[in-house]
Amino acid sequence: MKLLLEHAHVEGIRYYDTYRKHGGYRSVEKAFKMTPDEIVEEVKKSGLRGRGGAGFPTGMKWSFLAKPEGVPRHLVCNADESEPGTFKDRYLMEFLPHLLIEGLIVSSFALGSHATYIYIRGEYAWIVDILEQAIAEAKNNGWLGKNILNSGFDCEIYVQRGGGAYICGEETALIESLEGKRGNPRIKPPFPAIQGVWMRPTVVNNVETLAAIVPIINNGGEEYAKIGVGRSTGTKLLSVCGNVKKPGIYEIDMTQSVEEFIFSDEYCGGIANGKRLKACIPGGSSVPILPANLLLKTAKGETRYMNYESLSDGGFATGSMMGSGGFIVMDEEQCVVRHTMTLARFYNHESCGQCSPCREGTGWMYKILKNIEYGKGKLSDIDLLWDIQRKIEGNTICPLGDAAAWPVAAAIRHFRDEFEWHVNNPDEAQNRNFGLAHYADPIHIPAGA
Amino acid sequence: MKFSAEKLNKVKEIIARYPEGKQKSALIPVLHLAQEENGGWLSTEAMDHVAELLSILPIEVYEVATFYTMFNLKPVGKFVFEVCRTGPCMLNGSDNIIEYIKEKLSIREGETTPDGMFTLKPAECLGACGYAPMMQLGKHYREHLTKEKVDAIIDECRRNAANNN
Ligand SMILES: Cc1cc2nc3c(=O)[nH]c(=O)nc-3n(C[C@H](O)[C@H](O)[C@H](O)COP(=O)(O)O)c2cc1C
Ligand code: SF4
Ligand code: FES
Repeated sequence: MKLLLEHAHVEGIRYYDTYRKHGGYRSVEKAFKMTPDEIVEEVKKSGLRGRGGAGFPTGMKWSFLAKPEGVPRHLVCNADESEPGTFKDRYLMEFLPHLLIEGLIVSSFALGSHATYIYIRGEYAWIVDILEQAIAEAKNNGWLGKNILNSGFDCEIYVQRGGGAYICGEETALIESLEGKRGNPRIKPPFPAIQGVWMRPTVVNNVETLAAIVPIINNGGEEYAKIGVGRSTGTKLLSVCGNVKKPGIYEIDMTQSVEEFIFSDEYCGGIANGKRLKACIPGGSSVPILPANLLLKTAKGETRYMNYESLSDGGFATGSMMGSGGFIVMDEEQCVVRHTMTLARFYNHESCGQCSPCREGTGWMYKILKNIEYGKGKLSDIDLLWDIQRKIEGNTICPLGDAAAWPVAAAIRHFRDEFEWHVNNPDEAQNRNFGLAHYADPIHIPAGA
Repeated sequence: MKFSAEKLNKVKEIIARYPEGKQKSALIPVLHLAQEENGGWLSTEAMDHVAELLSILPIEVYEVATFYTMFNLKPVGKFVFEVCRTGPCMLNGSDNIIEYIKEKLSIREGETTPDGMFTLKPAECLGACGYAPMMQLGKHYREHLTKEKVDAIIDECRRNAANNN
């Protein structure tokens, strides 16, 4: 089931004429025959949940937008995409820029945004050119600018390049950055829906969320809601990396089991180089890592599926999260300690430094993990790590603190003996790049894998 | 450093994207232009010029330039290899690629070769995890790196530099 990537492989789909020939911009024509409130209603009916990581219902978010008389409102597209393991928005923007522009026009109309910004991570420099070209094409063909299609609605879309900072993906940091400041998250409330960019009411949505508005308007919210399972409606893009045969971008309707997703040829094609599955971080680096047995089956022994509810079944004790859809797969020779160390370094590097638990805690976690990985750790360090991550979680201004704590907590929870092994075998810990192979999926190797 | 007439027009175009009086919003995009214009890094002079253009205080520019990793506050080589070393790339051998570059160019992370040609800048996840190992080189990504590919990239850079002289 493909909604977003249906035409991704059509030659020239990046350009306006081809995109239009394949049904592009129909949703804008349809939207202008509706009222903004009717569009918000359709989005509510669709059950669409934000694809940036938190999974908040988009229609509900839109209905919170304040509309004081005489104050302009803004839609901001979050294209900061910096969560390790996540590269789906890049794919959408690189290959289907007009799909995003189309979604932005409809969403801008629904929210009353006459100046809409795409905040894109600074490293995606070549994608800025692709987007700006698509915007120019859309404008030349009358889909942007003044009085679009004689609707009386004016809209411009601008691309804003960031400067390299993961924290600017957090919506209030993004807003600060858009205002030309350091990316320090704001204390909420006030929420962006009331006071966002330049203190004006603002909606921040992920690239994939805004692209999904196109099929929702084209087919209707109810049709969209029929796809998927339960509260996981529609399709979701997954970016797969690590040790699978076919890393890349997949669009799924969330009915697949994790096992099917990893091992079937339609998706990841199994583990690369004839190795076995050891562990997986299913939703971007911030979500808990799961060992193979808990990944394929829940603690209750039920099949685990690729959707919001099933991936989080068991809570943090035995489950994980859908998160941003960054699916990181590790084979039997990979070292959880080393992987966790790189993530701790990442969060330490990316902490904006405003709150001491996050600023200091991420530094300590990195240092301790580095010691353990390089054979200089003590057994008591493992408890110390646990203690530090607990003291960060929930005690910071923005969720980066939690995002830094969770991967460490889950690694210790599920792979404690791998940490102990590093401490007890300091010489080997230093020399080898992997930990305990016995963690490789001991219970369930599907036929043909 | 002064912007060329063409770049000044670009600056004006960027400022026009924001509401009246909110020209500070143009800061990060304009700093990118300044860095390009100034040989890949931001000198105090370059930052002061940006402050003047946007009618903001120099300190407002320094604050921002020091926050974002893409801005270099020291001179860098003609070619900056920003090799990702975060988890997903590590799973596919980025450690070996970084070691290989260090050996081949006889520099450590963060250093520039004596001829001013190459800088090795370790990077955190650049959104290319499925195409690992990878590096950013200028505006573009080089993906699925191998030792052979690194050799070819280094040769390519040397050729480009020779052709431009
Ligand atoms: C540290 C941090 C980084 C984030 N990075 C991103 C990001 O790169 N892209 C994104 O869409 N959302 C990111 N988010 C989530 C945003 O704050 C926000 O919830 C999201 O853009 C809302 O869009 P959605 O409802 O469409 O998902 C991040 C959050 C945090 C705390
Ligand atoms: S939790 Fe970390 S990143 Fe977030 S505001 Fe505090 S210091 Fe900054
Ligand atoms: S981890 Fe290297 S690009 Fe994402």
